[in-house]
Amino acid sequence: MTRKRRRLYFVLAGMVTLGLATTLVLIAFQDNLVFFYSPSDVVEKGVEPDRRFRIGGLVEENSVTRTDGDITVAFRVTDQVHAVPVVFRGLLPDLFREGQGIVAEGTLNGQGVFVASEVLAKHDENYMPPEVADALKRAGQWQGEEK
Amino acid sequence: MSEFLAMGGYAAFVWPSYLIAAIVMLGLLVVSVRTWRDSKSTLEKLQDGRRDRRRPRDGAT
Amino acid sequence: MHRFANPTRFMRLSARILPWAAGLALVLTLAGLVWGLGYAPPDYQQGDTVRIMFVHVPAAWMAMFSYTFMAVASATALIWKHPLADFSAKAAAPIGACFTFIALVTGSLWGQPMWGTWWVWDARLTSVLVLFFLYLGYMALWQAIEDPQKASRAAAILALVGFVNVPIIKFSVDWWYTLHQPASVLRLDGPAIHPSILWPLLVMALAFKAYFVTVLLVRIRSEINLRKIRAMQQARIAEEVGFAAPPAAEITGRT
Repeated sequence: MTRKRRRLYFVLAGMVTLGLATTLVLIAFQDNLVFFYSPSDVVEKGVEPDRRFRIGGLVEENSVTRTDGDITVAFRVTDQVHAVPVVFRGLLPDLFREGQGIVAEGTLNGQGVFVASEVLAKHDENYMPPEVADALKRAGQWQGEEK
Repeated sequence: MSEFLAMGGYAAFVWPSYLIAAIVMLGLLVVSVRTWRDSKSTLEKLQDGRRDRRRPRDGAT
Repeated sequence: MHRFANPTRFMRLSARILPWAAGLALVLTLAGLVWGLGYAPPDYQQGDTVRIMFVHVPAAWMAMFSYTFMAVASATALIWKHPLADFSAKAAAPIGACFTFIALVTGSLWGQPMWGTWWVWDARLTSVLVLFFLYLGYMALWQAIEDPQKASRAAAILALVGFVNVPIIKFSVDWWYTLHQPASVLRLDGPAIHPSILWPLLVMALAFKAYFVTVLLVRIRSEINLRKIRAMQQARIAEEVGFAAPPAAEITGRT
């Protein structure tokens, strides 16, 4: 075969091999690459106390309570299957509210409460003007995060 | 106008975003055009030099 | 494709395209800025920070597009040895690096008010940072290796190896739990962005594309000139030293 053809096959074979190798490496490292656990992960698999990790989910409706004059906030984070209680002292992001997605970093204490050192808001991929959001809610078509 | 500049309270995040994008993109454009101009003039000088240097090839001596 | 591989032809063609590309970039950018900053509504949830999208998303799209372009040009250079493929890849790199930088910085500026943090090491952000380093590494290879042929080969291999990162970036938000949300535009169910916000985004995306073409053409033209200069300087040195390489014995005999 011509040298050109040979170079082409070499490049193609190289790319395929690279792709396969990368896929295998990523699959092997799955557990280590986890950015956050869902509440179900925490409840079903269990996490050792004092191990730092992140938990992500939605702020459960009617679960937010503030104490210490609003400095400490307690709420439950849920993935609609399981929920984990969270307690946090500090500044909450602007987007924090019930029904909102969050990712909290901290540790699980002995009583199964997640003591968070940081709470981040995780928003979805939908973008629309306020009027459209209101109209969808009025029509009962709202599928996004609560406002 | 001040409402526009305030960006709903997020001015400190919105305006720097646009500013940085503008600076970087304009900067790259300017640098690229300058390199082009320099290369063009250097090439022209070399080509003129070549035309003027029409001496016979006497590398042997 | 072979017709355009001729540098002289390329110079003529690019000279004709350039003013149009530049003009388009300017007009589209102005239109996009006015539309996005002035007329687009705030987001129901993110308020006016959504306007950062009109710079952040086009930059991110172009960061990935530029790398793909660079990888394809590199493969072409490696396989078919087109002279222009080489120049194209080299020219695209700094443009892609700039777009990636803009995406990262504007992303941080958007993340801090909305997420509550400037940075997280989730799969999306990390893979885009890797992209930035790949661009820098690619540019460094060209600078570091003296011989253009060798530099071209090394850089091309890096570009191709690094290409694995591009699908990782795209699908990172689907394959792993990330803080960064899933795709809003290029998804199976169609865009999740309301037209009043989507349209200015698309205009800016086109503006950035036109900008890419403009700067790319300028840079390739420079590359062609620089190679000519290098060739002429080497030819001149060869002339002054003595054109044909004489056998070793003659050189020592001559002095």
